[in-house]
Amino acid sequence: MMFGKLNWSAIPTEQPIPLVAAGVVMLGMFALLGWVTKRGYWSYFWGEWITSVDHKRIGVMYTMLGIVMLVRGFIDAIMMRSQQSLATGGHQGYLPPEHYDQIFSAHGTIMIFFGAMPFVIGLMNFVVPLQLGARDVAFPTLNSVSFWLTASGALLVNVSLVIGEFARTGWLPYAPLSETTYSPGVGVDYYLWAIQISGVGTLMSGINLVTTILKIRAPGMSYFRMPMFCWTALGSNMLIVAAFPILTATLAMLTLDRYMGFHFFTNEAGGNMMMFVNLIWAWGHPEVYILILPAFGIFSEVISTFSGKPLFGYRSMVAATLFIVVVSFFVWLHHFFTMGAGADVNAFFGIATSVIAVGTGVKIYNWLFTMYGGRIRYPTPMLWSMAFMVTFVIGGMTGVLLAVPPADFMLHNSMFLVAHFHNVIVGGVVFGAFAGYTFWFPKAFGFRLDERWGKIAFWPSVGGFVLTFGALYVVGLEGMTRRLQHIEVDEWVPWLHVASLGVGFMMIGVAAQVVQLVVSIRDRERLCDKTGDPWDGRSLEWSTTSPPPPFNFPVQPDVHGEEAYWGIKQRAIEAQQLAPEPGYEAIEMPRNTPTGFITAVFTTLIGFALIWHIWWLAALGFVGAYATFVAFAWRDEEEFEVPVEEVASADRARRAAREAWLADRDGQAA
Amino acid sequence: MLLAITLAGCAPTSILTPQGAIAAANRTILLNALTIMLAIVVPTILATLAFAWWFRAGNTRARFRPDFVYSGRIEMIVWSIPILVILFLGGVIWAGSHDLDPGRPLPSRVRPLEVQVVSLDWKWLFIYPGQGVASVNALVVPVGLPARFRLTSASVMNSFFVPQLGSQIYTMNGMETNLNLVADRATRMYGQSAHFSGDGFSDMNFVVTAVPVAQFNAWASRARQKGQVLDARGYTWLARQSQDVRPYTYRAVQPGLFDAIVAQRLQPAPGPQQGRGGDPHVSPGTAGTR
Repeated sequence: MMFGKLNWSAIPTEQPIPLVAAGVVMLGMFALLGWVTKRGYWSYFWGEWITSVDHKRIGVMYTMLGIVMLVRGFIDAIMMRSQQSLATGGHQGYLPPEHYDQIFSAHGTIMIFFGAMPFVIGLMNFVVPLQLGARDVAFPTLNSVSFWLTASGALLVNVSLVIGEFARTGWLPYAPLSETTYSPGVGVDYYLWAIQISGVGTLMSGINLVTTILKIRAPGMSYFRMPMFCWTALGSNMLIVAAFPILTATLAMLTLDRYMGFHFFTNEAGGNMMMFVNLIWAWGHPEVYILILPAFGIFSEVISTFSGKPLFGYRSMVAATLFIVVVSFFVWLHHFFTMGAGADVNAFFGIATSVIAVGTGVKIYNWLFTMYGGRIRYPTPMLWSMAFMVTFVIGGMTGVLLAVPPADFMLHNSMFLVAHFHNVIVGGVVFGAFAGYTFWFPKAFGFRLDERWGKIAFWPSVGGFVLTFGALYVVGLEGMTRRLQHIEVDEWVPWLHVASLGVGFMMIGVAAQVVQLVVSIRDRERLCDKTGDPWDGRSLEWSTTSPPPPFNFPVQPDVHGEEAYWGIKQRAIEAQQLAPEPGYEAIEMPRNTPTGFITAVFTTLIGFALIWHIWWLAALGFVGAYATFVAFAWRDEEEFEVPVEEVASADRARRAAREAWLADRDGQAA
Repeated sequence: MLLAITLAGCAPTSILTPQGAIAAANRTILLNALTIMLAIVVPTILATLAFAWWFRAGNTRARFRPDFVYSGRIEMIVWSIPILVILFLGGVIWAGSHDLDPGRPLPSRVRPLEVQVVSLDWKWLFIYPGQGVASVNALVVPVGLPARFRLTSASVMNSFFVPQLGSQIYTMNGMETNLNLVADRATRMYGQSAHFSGDGFSDMNFVVTAVPVAQFNAWASRARQKGQVLDARGYTWLARQSQDVRPYTYRAVQPGLFDAIVAQRLQPAPGPQQGRGGDPHVSPGTAGTR
């Protein structure tokens, strides 16, 4: 067979929803490609973005991928909520089980792996080297490969919309449901290869950022002078390095079961499904801290900046972060208290889980005391942070409640659980990502996001969030379990309608954020950030221009104490002038390379070929990917030199803007 | 008839209105833990809102203290409050886990009722070895007499859960899990699978009827008078995928059937029929439904 399992019946012609969705997406893509061609932007996109190894460009692309996939996952969420609202009182709604099951599986997979992960990794990629006073990450080309591998996985998930199907097993494909016996279609295979390919990217990204933080800091930037975001990024990436290999190994075992007739997790021949559950959560629980730690870092930066104070209890915060990193590996069993492990085991993991709340609680109080005695401004990033602080303590509390085994015996897999993890992931990670997005947007693009539309987006988003997940908490206490395609209990129905109403408000919020972006691009002159320091910031990313030059800093910063840039700024204000102009030197920077993009083209082919058992294409992909690597390894020139004039002129423009700001400030003071 | 043909959906479901001792004890622990935590969560939220309001940039009466960045005394309190709460809660967790372990037999002077539970794609089989009968998608338990559930699965994982009766537990093929519950009053309750198991999952609910012991015995003897016999062949037929199955009873059960399922002397149930390679409708739902 030339095309393996693939034939025309793979296209779900009788399911209008995925076909229309795919049609719209393809139309949008062709429109974009047409626009790029018409305006002649191809060489710009290829030279400046696709082949870029600049951590800032890669960070922006990661974040954009995350935002696009968040919207995709949100559309899945709208379908789930509306299906559960409609499929009541004997009705089946508009999504039959074989379609509904794909949607909730895709929702979870997309939101975690391709929405939240790229969003936070993108922010870390963009911000961490700037905060450390570094010129780039430790391995710039590897960074590009990481990003494109993640994009390759995201593409495969979206291809499953029109060619074949996606997994119908939930976002974690529990065996033996995910084994060939019970899931013979290609859905689980799409899941496996998409996650494996993007997982390799995530692991390499983790190695890259850990190395960057440990080895590539500006002179004087000791560990205890790093901004809090760098600390939480370090914790998060150490967790990536420790946890992602478990995911890769677990999914590889399931792959062997499905492709080669192995029996790791099957019912037959001594397979053990409990081992799958064990291993997947040994990765899965650290994963939620991989997501939330960077968000904690963002909130630390935002709350400190807008309170006009340094972070309260900095060392205590560092300790709490590392405490969470360590303890997060001792709690995974709380995901299956109901598997019958016995009282001692359940009690141990229940207590370990609630112990994590100590670290989180300390953080909440330190943010609280950062605000105490502050002079708090409330632009959009700070509003998201406040919404986080108020709602996250509720989510944390319900989390600890679920860590009490007898309570979990009643609430496991219920809508209460669904409400809990959305409470912490939306209220924590997503609000954090939005705060970071609005906070660092001016740094990335040189103009701020429109405040008015930011606030219009904020209020309905938070209101809808409270309404939706508040209702799901209640219906969980009413005994409702998750993943039901239709509802046979009438008492649950009103609460499901309330949840749908909340989703309606959140849709307004999402629409307002899109409008905000469009309006801000239109008004970019008005919103321009000339000084590079739009928020009166405290760490080094605000000391350079917005957007920063490719080499980040014309002269590498010399750090004297915590809050490196705040110190420089205060000295300039005291002396009423900037520090004398430094001696500029030419800077060596890594060359752009298409290695990452081409590798990802081949891995996409490999993934697609393996899903459909097209073995020759898979072999071709492997040869191509290896050849790409060899070609990169044999490159002659890896760096180029930025001439000293370019460095000097970039910095002189920034100094002029700063001097104008300083004079303006003095004028106001006098 | 006790086994009214009404759907499970009409039976109450809330975990806050328990109908059994285990459900009541679980609820008590849930509410206790909630109260303990609310005692610090509510003040924390109020303090956040108060600080956010009072220290707003426009408030000239608030004292600006940009150097207030560390206080050993506050740090001590900040670490102590969560630690103390968790110490307290840790005790609740330890005691609760042991007292309410699903496998722990309930104190009783009489021998508990044994019910063997098999989750199938997509229905529930309940075998009453003492009574020699079995039922599908309907569970009858006597009031006041502890029930000892032995559970397994014919195919994929499920979770046996009657919200008003108490704890849930997974069912897994080739393995046996145990659960002890008791109903405190005669009532009808809603039971469901609380672990996603495939396309027919949403119909995997069942009515639980708690009746006085005498009525339970009467039900069993009536059940013995009609219906089929559940033997290995009947089980293999039952184990094929089907969904939205109406409740019915078997008049007799081949002895040792449950143990044969657990020991896999009876094969794990088949999945959907293999379809064409590219067919997106290789759907468990299309094989042998309704």
